Amino acid sequence: MQLLPMRGPAKTLPNVQSLRCKECGRDYPLEPIYVCDFCFGPLEVAYDYDAAAKNMSRESIQDGPPTIWRYDQLLPVSRENAVDIGAGMTPLLKADNLGRELGLNNLWIKNDAANPTHSFKDRVVSVAATKALEFEFDTIACASTGNLAGATAAHGAKAGMKTIVFLPADLERGKILGAAIFGSVVLVNGNYDQVNRLCSELGDDRHWAFVNINMRPYYSEGSKSLSFEIAEQLGWHAPEHIIVPVASGSLFTKVHKGLNEFAQLGIIDGADTKMHIAQPAGCSPVATAFVDGQTHPKPVIPDTIAKSLAIGSPADGFYTVSIANKTGGSATIVPEDEVVEGMTLLAETEGIFTETAGGVVISALRRLVREGAIGPDEETVALITGTGLKTLEAIADSVETKTIEPNVQSFDEIVTKAAVS
Amino acid sequence: MPLRRVTFTFKTDLIQRPVIYELGKKFDIVTNIRRAEVGQDNGWVVLELEGTLDEIDRGLAWVVELGVDVSPLDGDILVG
Repeated sequence: MQLLPMRGPAKTLPNVQSLRCKECGRDYPLEPIYVCDFCFGPLEVAYDYDAAAKNMSRESIQDGPPTIWRYDQLLPVSRENAVDIGAGMTPLLKADNLGRELGLNNLWIKNDAANPTHSFKDRVVSVAATKALEFEFDTIACASTGNLAGATAAHGAKAGMKTIVFLPADLERGKILGAAIFGSVVLVNGNYDQVNRLCSELGDDRHWAFVNINMRPYYSEGSKSLSFEIAEQLGWHAPEHIIVPVASGSLFTKVHKGLNEFAQLGIIDGADTKMHIAQPAGCSPVATAFVDGQTHPKPVIPDTIAKSLAIGSPADGFYTVSIANKTGGSATIVPEDEVVEGMTLLAETEGIFTETAGGVVISALRRLVREGAIGPDEETVALITGTGLKTLEAIADSVETKTIEPNVQSFDEIVTKAAVS
Repeated sequence: MPLRRVTFTFKTDLIQRPVIYELGKKFDIVTNIRRAEVGQDNGWVVLELEGTLDEIDRGLAWVVELGVDVSPLDGDILVG
């Protein structure tokens, strides 16, 4: 593997204060650590919001680059020397056709499949890779069955770092190749638990930037850019509802944090968004905890076609349930047979081919409207976090095609008659 | 000696049983509670376990057998 010359060091902006324990509030220096030594609570980046407010305004944001780095005053590392392959500023599309189907007059789709490696993971890995360079790591790593693999491999290549992406050896060939093109894949002969275990041990043992272990506090901050963009693209306000596909819960908590930070800085007037959890029935520990009135999700063994949501032990499950309750949100457990229905509905109405997680979101949205949890005129944003091209196997038995002979008669018999009847 | 951080979640029928004490007695594992919330109906405990990996695995298998939900504190690392 040939490494590119190392770029200049990344820099932390002065308004980034510390890492702070979400449980006991202890402060830690900005280092590659992720858990509080005292109470084992997760660490989160803390900012000096007064300092950030002096440097960040609607105008300064609009003058920034058309990527997540336009919001670097609220990210843990500056845009200078960022590992940037163009993550962010994905389309927010008014979904009038889908809205008509569902009975919503003010529905928006945030299409994060438009990111460089076709999922929202580019946001978080761009931040993690930049921070890893600041910490002078020469190796970046992750363990993934899909979106995170591609994002880490691509950003590692751009950063000129050694990159190691662990994938289960029995993963679909397309997903392996999609990450391997960047030159950094290690296939592990083992099941889900064995790969998890190996990576946990390597994460403790090796001096690597493991994006969702020791880089987690920084990595997860990248997700806030999704809600920053939504607020900006809506004309500087927060929507009334956001429906979020939940795996670990990190995205959910950070979308909420981002809206609150914008409100705190006065960039938007307030953030009263109801946050809705969407999970598939085959892996719904967080939604089940919410529905059952529990605070802590009970671990499950995932068995869902929505592979990008297949996290049985969600690290941020507790916080996700708490935010959904606090904001007046909800949780929907989507039956597995409705996942592809949601994908198909979005494709046929809006021309967007989502991954299975998006099918979960659209089917959850349909249920929320039927139940009256979302009113017809309430401004609603559904998050589409990745492309369906990565999960083609999910729809293989659900889409229909017609085959004809190469003549007009055959076309009329099979296609024209079907269109008329 | 290897360390592992986990969360135990207890159902009502196990609230009164000294599971963590028994874990330390039955197996060669040092248990160190860092955070907990125990109510009348259920409870959870965040703790660190120190011992050989095999001994920790055997101890956790026994705890799961009792009916305690065990999850790694850091959650799953292998993600989509």
